Amino acid sequence: MTVTLIDYGAGNITSVWRALRRLGAKVECADRPEEIVAASCLVLPGVGHCGALISSLDARGLREPLLEAISRGTPFLGICLGLQALYDSSDEAPRFAGLGLLKGRVTQLPPHVKLPHMGWNQLLVLRASRLLDGISPEAYFYFAHSYAAPAGGCETAATCEHGREFTAVLENKSAFGVQFHPEKSGAPGAKLLENFLRLAV
Amino acid sequence: MTLAHRIVPCLDTDGARVVKGVHFERLRDAGDPVGLAVRYNAEGADELVVLDIAAARDNRPTFLETIRRVAEQLAIPLTAGGGIRSLEDARAVVRAGADKVTVNTAAVERPALLGELSREFGAQAVVLAIDAKRENQGWQVRIRGGRAATQWNAEDWARRGVEMGAGEILLTSVDRDGTQSGFDLALTAVISRSVSVPVIASGGAKLPQHFLDVFTEGAADAALASSIFHDQVQSIRALKEFLQSSGVAVRLPC
Repeated sequence: MTVTLIDYGAGNITSVWRALRRLGAKVECADRPEEIVAASCLVLPGVGHCGALISSLDARGLREPLLEAISRGTPFLGICLGLQALYDSSDEAPRFAGLGLLKGRVTQLPPHVKLPHMGWNQLLVLRASRLLDGISPEAYFYFAHSYAAPAGGCETAATCEHGREFTAVLENKSAFGVQFHPEKSGAPGAKLLENFLRLAV
Repeated sequence: MTLAHRIVPCLDTDGARVVKGVHFERLRDAGDPVGLAVRYNAEGADELVVLDIAAARDNRPTFLETIRRVAEQLAIPLTAGGGIRSLEDARAVVRAGADKVTVNTAAVERPALLGELSREFGAQAVVLAIDAKRENQGWQVRIRGGRAATQWNAEDWARRGVEMGAGEILLTSVDRDGTQSGFDLALTAVISRSVSVPVIASGGAKLPQHFLDVFTEGAADAALASSIFHDQVQSIRALKEFLQSSGVAVRLPC
């Protein structure tokens, strides 16, 4: 099983790489369009600023190949900003168009709670998702973000709440996204990544 | 569904080995950082902090290697710092596997560093460490391992640091550090209420009650301790069970 980890040059991908390797996956880092097209399974990690993510993807010509791979049914997992990038736009970087696979706008969490939403939180599971198979509904996952996707869409499989409800796990055909960091979320995080790898076989 | 209060063990290192002492003096060896990291990861620590308290230039490669070896073993977030003076220093630490970097003296001397780090890594990866010492009616910010005074009052500096780009504050009471007499609750509450970002309380922890107090009265989002965990005076699991039974949201592995 080879996972293609999209390395857009603006985020730290080491921990995702390490977590996938620990599960026995072969991991290749990629930043060229032809590598995305040829991938059998894609992971887009995201740490940092949404504008940096989108502009780095565009500068490398990865937007079209990525959307094309997803529409062909290549299993895709977006982590943190990698989830947010799937929507139309983000208030964190209003000048950049998101990938637009999903309708809606990523907005900042409300200011009456401490931001970033940093630490371990639980999910409210709305519907069965293959990503969450075998994971306790009580499990905690590690979050570190200030912006979040809307909760109302039919892609939302689980939400979390910090000031407001937001999408924490999404599933749209072969495209998946998680707002938290499974690579830093202990045993439940490893189980989630393992579920994703199993889907991709 | 509530954000859990975090328990954060801290490894003070001389670059390669974990050391301990009171107020950075009388240092003695307290073990191998990788061995302790593995134990804390398994015991349910929510995050790990690794500091290079020597922070000597020529020792840097050793510290980076320590971060790499620790990160290799962790499935929880890792914060690293000590001696980070520039964006380039921070990049090396992040490349070695740290999820967040902490800055202290360098940020006081040049607050713009916080903005540079925040633009590069995102505010969630920038932890401003503040060492505060009680002075008259308030708390004064100290640098250079607590030894040197500054013009900053802790509240003002915390607010300023957040404006400049810090996404979290690691607040150490210089008065309580190493005393095991409990966290400085008044200091923690004042800082926690004056900033919009999470605050990690540090300095003085020993008893489970100290942690309960700092999460309730002190309004801390996370609490850090070192020697009580290294010496197994307190197990993280038992501490979390106590907190949960006292009504504080914590993450207990399911």
